[in-house]
Amino acid sequence: MITNYMHEIVKGTGSLLAGMKVTIKAMFTRSHTVQWPRQHLVLPERFRGHIELVPAKETGFPKCFACGNCARNCPSKCITVKGKKPEGAKKKAPTIFLLDFTKCSLCGLCVESCPVKALSFSKEYSLAGPSKQVYSNMDLLTELASPFSSLVKQEKSNG
Amino acid sequence: MKDINLLHIIISLLGIMGIVSVNAVLVVWLERKAAGRMQFRHGPMEVGFHGILQTLADGIKLVSKQLVAPDHADTALFILAPIVSLVPIFVAMMPIPFSSTLLAHETETGLLLVIALGLLNTLGILLAGWGSDNKYGLLGGTRAVGQILAYKIPLLLTVLTIVIMAGSFSLREIALAQHGTWYAFVQPIAFLIYIVCIVLETNRSPFDMAEAESELVAGFHTEYSGMAFSMFFLAEYSYMFVASALATVMFLGGWQGPLLPAPIWFVLKVYFFLFLMIWFRWTFPRVRIDQMLMLGWKVLLPLSLINFLITAVVLAL
Repeated sequence: MITNYMHEIVKGTGSLLAGMKVTIKAMFTRSHTVQWPRQHLVLPERFRGHIELVPAKETGFPKCFACGNCARNCPSKCITVKGKKPEGAKKKAPTIFLLDFTKCSLCGLCVESCPVKALSFSKEYSLAGPSKQVYSNMDLLTELASPFSSLVKQEKSNG
Repeated sequence: MKDINLLHIIISLLGIMGIVSVNAVLVVWLERKAAGRMQFRHGPMEVGFHGILQTLADGIKLVSKQLVAPDHADTALFILAPIVSLVPIFVAMMPIPFSSTLLAHETETGLLLVIALGLLNTLGILLAGWGSDNKYGLLGGTRAVGQILAYKIPLLLTVLTIVIMAGSFSLREIALAQHGTWYAFVQPIAFLIYIVCIVLETNRSPFDMAEAESELVAGFHTEYSGMAFSMFFLAEYSYMFVASALATVMFLGGWQGPLLPAPIWFVLKVYFFLFLMIWFRWTFPRVRIDQMLMLGWKVLLPLSLINFLITAVVLAL
């Protein structure tokens, strides 16, 4: 009986030490917390944020020529594109490109249907705004030039 | 002579207040940081370097909050309880030797004094539970009293083991007696029992039955807010410091160590015990009351008694 008693004590102490080993190990492993907004998540390649216009490499203007394929293919009807031909140019350029992100289901049909790959998913995940209107009427043309655009951010970090 | 004594008292009290507050700030920070790291988080990061001033900010918030007493509370006891809990600390800190000369007041029976004053914390907790007219508070308070039954006798037996080895109740003498080897190596069983006992004594997890936030809201301090709450908080961390200081003196040779100056060695050893308690808290789940009493009466008591008797016999031979 007494050996049983001592065995229990030794076994119990051992199990306590095993638990303490787990926590001390955890203490010296890397923290999983990402300290937003000072740090940002590294998003996977196929992350789907709201769509954004892809700029042409040479000019920096959007590749989009306002054909309207994306708007026609959108099942939620959340894209509005209007464009006109600038003087002396061959192709049209978009004058209005509005996205109603509150309706968008991120299906990606617009990105797939674009003949010149002028649309892509952004990697913007920290979306918060003071009102619904901010996201029901996103102007992707100014988005391209705005400092909040992830494209501009990428350029900045590259340069 | 009288003036010198008064000056002595004022200086030591100021020093102790400094230690109590700096210790609370540091230990709370250390605790939150360690808790965070053990759960793969960062812990406090915003206020000061890696959140070191977070406790200070929390303290300012607590001080500026209103103290609300419940309608049917026993107001006198309600106000008295945090004071009863905190004030003994200032006396209990007195005989703790930070080095062979750096101590506020040397008494022949320093060890007994500190242990006796440590018990007053439980009185404060009981008063808080009783005075706040809250069922959770009362349950927490009575639990704290029940907890004494589990740890006080083994605690005193291990302390007695050390006392008969050192031949003195004076903390300074006990530390000096370990000039060659620390008692932690001579008395490993007493050392382990004492560590369990200080966790029990300071109401720390896994023995935080008096607080038991998942069962009793916040236990004895459910109804407390503002400064009164922070006094309980201060008291808890200060009792941790005192209990760790006793452990340092009794088992790790007090301030003695190579190279570094004595007070630094002492504080380092104390913080080793404090970290150990924090480590326990974030590792072990809370035990039930019957399990705690079982541990106290069936494991700690017989082991400490046998250890005491063996030590006494060996010393007598």
